[in-house]
Amino acid sequence: MGRVVLVTGVSRGLGGTLARRLAGSPDVERVIGVDVVSPDEDLGDVLFRLAEQGDAVVSEIIETEGVDTIVHLAGGARWLGGGLASIDRSSVAGSLELLRACQQAPDVRRVVMASSTRVYGSTHRDPAMFTEDMVTRDRLGASSARDYVEVEEALRRFAGRRPDVDVTVLRLANLAGPTVETALTRHLQLPLVPTVLGFDPRLQFLHEEDALAALGQAALGDAEGTYNVSGHGAMMLSQALRRLGRPSVPLPGRALSRLGSASARMRRSGVCSEPIAFLSYGGCVDTTAMRLVFGFEPAFTTAQAFDDFARSVSPGALGAERVAAVEERIRSVVMAAGADGR
Amino acid sequence: MAADVDGDIDGMSRSARRLEEAVLFLRGRLAGEYEVDDFGLDTDLAERILFPALRPLADTWFRIEVQGAENLPVDGGALVMSNHSGTVPLDAVMTAFVVHDRTGRFLRPLGADLVFRLPFVGSLARKGGATVASGSDAVRMLTRGELVGVWPEGYQGLGKRFSQRYRVQRFGRDGHVSAAVRTGAPIVPCSVVGAEEIYPLVGDVAWLARLLGLPYVPITPLFPWFGVLGLVPLPSKWLIGFGEPIATDSYGAAAADDLDLVLELTEQVRDTIGRTLVDLRRQRGDALG
Repeated sequence: MGRVVLVTGVSRGLGGTLARRLAGSPDVERVIGVDVVSPDEDLGDVLFRLAEQGDAVVSEIIETEGVDTIVHLAGGARWLGGGLASIDRSSVAGSLELLRACQQAPDVRRVVMASSTRVYGSTHRDPAMFTEDMVTRDRLGASSARDYVEVEEALRRFAGRRPDVDVTVLRLANLAGPTVETALTRHLQLPLVPTVLGFDPRLQFLHEEDALAALGQAALGDAEGTYNVSGHGAMMLSQALRRLGRPSVPLPGRALSRLGSASARMRRSGVCSEPIAFLSYGGCVDTTAMRLVFGFEPAFTTAQAFDDFARSVSPGALGAERVAAVEERIRSVVMAAGADGR
Repeated sequence: MAADVDGDIDGMSRSARRLEEAVLFLRGRLAGEYEVDDFGLDTDLAERILFPALRPLADTWFRIEVQGAENLPVDGGALVMSNHSGTVPLDAVMTAFVVHDRTGRFLRPLGADLVFRLPFVGSLARKGGATVASGSDAVRMLTRGELVGVWPEGYQGLGKRFSQRYRVQRFGRDGHVSAAVRTGAPIVPCSVVGAEEIYPLVGDVAWLARLLGLPYVPITPLFPWFGVLGLVPLPSKWLIGFGEPIATDSYGAAAADDLDLVLELTEQVRDTIGRTLVDLRRQRGDALG
């Protein structure tokens, strides 16, 4: 007997791809996808249902379809799409509704949630690598990462009330790859990328294929618990920008946040939507538990995942070709000088 | 060295080759084709830019003499514990420089979180191999076999008055010794003579320090009176001595929570540093000599 899987947030980001892949798995009988908006892409074998917040569609589906596995991508693209943009309060409310529905459904055996490594926040005091137990609410202040933590906590309470349900939380690092679009990838694609003057955050990336594989493994496997999921290694923001050939505009933190809120008012998505703390300090996670307990090995390192993303975007003003041209110029000048010297 | 290998090449081609290397280096930097480790150490930048830039300061300005470099393990994790002085942590920078110069290894300083809050300084510190002084980072680095540097006197040592120089302050209880015991890493005592005299601290603008969120705002004979010139460190003569490693691998990881043992080891290191300082000062003689 195959699994019946409910995937939330299928209309945006990687949700649709994940749902289609799960539907193709021999262990899965059928996949139902829900979202608050209709999908742009063809979901194939996935049965799509539109769910408004506050209606009973989700609990009805769980009951009538006999759903045993829930893959909660929370705010859809916003969550799975990178864990950098703020999740809005409505997706917190939606998550709580979903959990309430699960609690009354005796068939549910497994709940998988895609969270984000943003739950750790970014400060200058942070250790170089966060392990899974290092989440503290007060550190996050008023930041939007609090919302992630809130949903994770609700899930933990749910797990306490339903010990028969296996609960897995995957905290995904910044997603990168040829198709995925996140607040960070949008930010990095600006012609001039604002950075915080005097700071160079450490970043980690998770390739979108690895994210899909990890979520798939969590949905169909039998692991329990909370795991950081990221490609190996770290990169500096400055290094990432050089690989993209994008010039940066270092601005004092305060000016940057003003620019950020101004652009938010103008609804120019992407521009400086990154929290200043993240752009100042970044942060990396320890993935020992992912490898040894969850049993997942990403195919892409941080640098490889980023390079795959970099290949998919047009090179910036300081792209490799321009650099090569400048190098050629230097060489010819040097050669000429050398010839004179002789 | 290179000249010995191909001694007959003329000066022109050697400078051309150096230029070629520089161009390649620049190309790599511009394209972002280099690696940083999980803590942010940029080996490429440190070896090509940061350390060469520090060499004149170490060799010509402070004329640093190193003793006992053979006490630094050639591989594997070890905890280097040093006295701290000089108003700004130039002693940590110089120690990292001589460690790399003598052994080729990177000293990984555990710095106060203030360092990482400061623009430019913080990101440069990370690229040079430093990380935040926290128990988890210390254990993580030692487990990875890094040479970790700590200055357990903290601001008490760094910001002490000139009249208190070479008096080793109380060691903070920040769990570094415990991290060494947990990972079985040897402890190498390190004594630095000379950093005390670079910015003789004679006063502290406490109210300004509070305002700026700094541990102190120093007044030295030259700063702030001579402005930027007052920031030039006095050219004192430096001696850096590395003592014999103290093994911790016989205690077992569980002993890391044994407070008596940890305090005893801490005192042992502190004593060694104190005694070595007396010795090195006698050897050095005049501070500016």
